Amino acid sequence: MTLRVGPRTSQIIAYIILLLMTAITVIVLFFIIGYIFKNGVGQLSLEFLTGKTREMGKEGGIFASILGTLFVAIFAIVIATPLGVGSAVYLVEYTRGGVIRRIISFGADCLAAVPSIIFGLFGFIFFVIKLNLGWSIISGGLTLAVMILPTIIRTTEEAIKAVPHAYREISYSLGGGKLDTILKVVLPASLPGILTGVILGIGRAVGETAAVIFTAGSSLGIPTSVFSSTRTLAVHFYILAREGISMPKAYGTATVLIIIILVVNFIAYRLMHRFMARYY
Amino acid sequence: MKDKIAEKILLFIALSAILSLLLITFFIFQQGVPLIFKAGLSNFFSAQWAPTKGNFGILSMIVGSLMVTAGALVVGIPFGLACAIFLAEFSSGAIQKTLKPVIELLAGIPSVVYGFIGIVILVPFIRETFGGPGFSVLAASIILGIMILPTIVSISYDSLVAVPKTYREGSFALGATKWQTVRMLLLHAARSGIVAGIILGMGRAIGETMAVIMIAGNALKIPGSMLDSVRTLTSTIALELGYAAGDHRAALFACGSILFIIIIILNIIAIKVTGRK
Repeated sequence: MTLRVGPRTSQIIAYIILLLMTAITVIVLFFIIGYIFKNGVGQLSLEFLTGKTREMGKEGGIFASILGTLFVAIFAIVIATPLGVGSAVYLVEYTRGGVIRRIISFGADCLAAVPSIIFGLFGFIFFVIKLNLGWSIISGGLTLAVMILPTIIRTTEEAIKAVPHAYREISYSLGGGKLDTILKVVLPASLPGILTGVILGIGRAVGETAAVIFTAGSSLGIPTSVFSSTRTLAVHFYILAREGISMPKAYGTATVLIIIILVVNFIAYRLMHRFMARYY
Repeated sequence: MKDKIAEKILLFIALSAILSLLLITFFIFQQGVPLIFKAGLSNFFSAQWAPTKGNFGILSMIVGSLMVTAGALVVGIPFGLACAIFLAEFSSGAIQKTLKPVIELLAGIPSVVYGFIGIVILVPFIRETFGGPGFSVLAASIILGIMILPTIVSISYDSLVAVPKTYREGSFALGATKWQTVRMLLLHAARSGIVAGIILGMGRAIGETMAVIMIAGNALKIPGSMLDSVRTLTSTIALELGYAAGDHRAALFACGSILFIIIIILNIIAIKVTGRK
């Protein structure tokens, strides 16, 4: 086994192995998406997208779940965006190192690492039971808001940091106060970056299951108010697949879910790219 | 004056993340920890889980969680590191620009989709190739390994890229090949970031729920092999929360407390590891 391999040969071998492993990873990703699409695209129709869910999902469409997903995600974003952007503004513009900055950063980091089932437990005991909001869009939305908060904080932080310092100095030299500078110069300049964070947050909210199933519930009706229980697409897909209710409908729902995720990621990527190209 | 008020309001908003974390900690512990003491530690850490009969032993689930996490690392670390090294050192700007978002997309795919792919492809494959039920430690390990890839790749990649260019130039000047430079120099220089990425990936694997429920089989016993069915802490919470009441529900929050403590410890280690450089 004392085969001696020269540095050039080992370089080539290493390159081939790394290339292969990277290729396998990419192939796995495309395989997952392709497999779902291959089996699911045939299910997509106007009736599937806008129809009522019948027989627990065996028949009919997924309109109620599309609406439910939309409402829960919008609710989460509406709550999380001001909190996340405000936090990031404070972190970048008002703190220079120090204990407060460390505490806030630690909070955001830990929150980002908390598994979704813990958010589910928390949302269930706090929003659903203690605050008596029941299984509802509002409980699900609030739980998801807490969950996506760190995503929005971190992305906004990066965006605000990327705004050149000269912008602020010009504003100050024209007599602008700190708040005016933030509202009229820094935030508009970092808007595309902030939107990226918000869109990534929407993506996480749409794909989430464990945190939503115990807070928004799994009712199949069309939601009528924020206090209605709803079954989001991800939860509906989970129930269809796990209880074996209908494989074709499961593929169809998964296809819709993945299309949303692809669109969300694509928009976020393009926005961030154009934004970064402007300042770097 | 206006600026002073704005600063106070922003400070209050900025505390929302840490306040949420404290709120989560408080409620999970308040619901779960009393049961651990009520049941007694020897009951709680036994292998008997029959919560409606007063047996709250979570040992088999802890072993289950550790097994699938270890399995996920075995899959995730080599592939994650390979992707990160390939992206950072062996590919041109154009390839980097295409591959990085593609790998990040893996993180965006919902966990239920991974679970589903596990059910329709991986589980039947394992059943036919290796025998057993298919729903197994092995299936969960492979799917979780894929799921933690993006975490390991992006953090390792960032720390590789952050190694100063002069290091590489010095190494090349001494006549080292690219691979020698990676192996003997860059991996050491970027060690802390790579370790942090692996630890955070580990946290994701321990905490993952829906994908694991769908493919691990969820049998309540300590698995004897990689082909046996297994149940994790997270699966138990999600499977039983819907109908649990009283001490049973408290026991699920106790599982949550244990999980939460593990995650926070892993996260603190990751922060410490990266903070040292």
